[in-house]
Amino acid sequence: MDASNFIGSAVTVVFFITFLGIVWWAYGGSRKARFEEDARIPFEEADDLPAGEQK
Amino acid sequence: MEATTYNYKIVRQFAIMTVVWGIVGMLVGVIIASQLIWPELNFGIPWLSYGRLRPLHTNAVIFGFGGTAMFTVIYYVVQRTCHVRLFAEKLASFTFWGWQAIIVLAAITFVLGISTSKEYAELEWPIDVLIAVVWVSFAVVFFGTVIKRKTPHIYVANWFFGAYILTIAILHIVNSAALPIAFFGGSMWKSYSVYPGVQDAMVQWWYGHNAVGFFLTTAFLGMMYYFIPKQAGRPIYSYRLSIVHFWALNFTYMWAGPHHLQYSALPDWAQSLGMVFSLILLAPSWGGMMNGIMTLSGAWHKLRTDPILKFLVTSLSFYGMSTFEGPMMSVKTVNALSHYTEWTIGHVHSGALGWVAMISIGSLYYLVPRLWGRQEMYSMKLVTTHFWVATIGVVLYIAAMWIAGVAQGLMWRASNPDGTLTYGFAQVLNQMYPFYTIRLLGGLLFFGGMLLMAWNVWKTISVGKAVNDAPIPAPAHA
Repeated sequence: MDASNFIGSAVTVVFFITFLGIVWWAYGGSRKARFEEDARIPFEEADDLPAGEQK
Repeated sequence: MEATTYNYKIVRQFAIMTVVWGIVGMLVGVIIASQLIWPELNFGIPWLSYGRLRPLHTNAVIFGFGGTAMFTVIYYVVQRTCHVRLFAEKLASFTFWGWQAIIVLAAITFVLGISTSKEYAELEWPIDVLIAVVWVSFAVVFFGTVIKRKTPHIYVANWFFGAYILTIAILHIVNSAALPIAFFGGSMWKSYSVYPGVQDAMVQWWYGHNAVGFFLTTAFLGMMYYFIPKQAGRPIYSYRLSIVHFWALNFTYMWAGPHHLQYSALPDWAQSLGMVFSLILLAPSWGGMMNGIMTLSGAWHKLRTDPILKFLVTSLSFYGMSTFEGPMMSVKTVNALSHYTEWTIGHVHSGALGWVAMISIGSLYYLVPRLWGRQEMYSMKLVTTHFWVATIGVVLYIAAMWIAGVAQGLMWRASNPDGTLTYGFAQVLNQMYPFYTIRLLGGLLFFGGMLLMAWNVWKTISVGKAVNDAPIPAPAHA
């Protein structure tokens, strides 16, 4: 096995483990509330529709 | 002093040009679809030949319409989800004028027959340099705004936008690396790729498929993660799924490019790699689609009355369809039938019209009243009409191309017992005319819908007034 083959395999494994780590991080129970709050960011401010009576 | 309002001017400029380039690009599409039925429509003028107008069509709709739509929503969404005014506003203004200049230059050079012949990267090197400058400026404005944000967390839409900006920069710069012959006393407008032979093909389709993956997918998914929750009035179904969706797409899309080169001179293992990663892509694609659609759970009734939601949710259905079809077409045995046929054209338009255009149109109908101080579009009835005209147009288009493509593939591969081909090229072409006509009809409907939109936007602007005082909320988080 030459060096570039080894690097290819190593990177694949590292990326895959990183991805599993991300899944674990995203679905970790202790972060549930925090992500639900993050999902509300677009609603943290008043809508920019004019408060008019146009229709 | 800290700014207290958002910059909506730049958003308005891009919003108007999105409609303009949409109409231009789709009109050229209608013209070349007609030329395939009536070749005389080039009137014997080289400037109007199919080979020159086709890249004009693809570039005008992808970079003109789609790219301008992305500038519009990114400049709007990044400000409103970061609770700060745009960073480096003069530079943002430069991205507007620079991007418009690029599209105009593209139109002129393509018509004159100046082209690198690399698909979706046909522009010659002087324009490529301008693209790189504008794109880096775009990155400075976007990431600068994200860095000075007042919200503790970077909302998921901005992650998608960031990946889009970063990846397109890398793709464009690597794939456009070329040697201008001007350095050797030749013309200003010709260059040759620095990559030789099959490497050039691989780099080109690494670029080409990621243009689909990051320009036409990731960017517009960012659009979905903002406008679907806002228009439905409820947060995204699962924020945690959106994080996994984001990283899964980023880890896999990069490797799918070789499926454009099945049964070519590319090494066999690379072809198989492209196929495998394309199949894996089905999972994050459908995960993201479900995340968007499930956001409506408990609010499905809104879909009946709200034409903007109709656009947004229908676009997701087309996204789901084309991201199922894509992996299927990457399978070598399917690809052996589908490649080089009209099926590919159908697949592309199911994504480009059904997904990209529909979600952009829905988002624009959301934005235009807000940018010009109105409660809603001048005519909401016309928005509903636009929705149905566009949907019927896409369905006619893709159904015609599916049938045409499969027929074409089967006829091309049919052979007699003595090994000769059963059908000549012209015989197969003869079978295509009815489908080309249905396709033209579908395209005309979609184009007609854009004209309705232009009129509606025009009327909304003329009764409205440009909003320049949209307030930035005071920090809510301690």
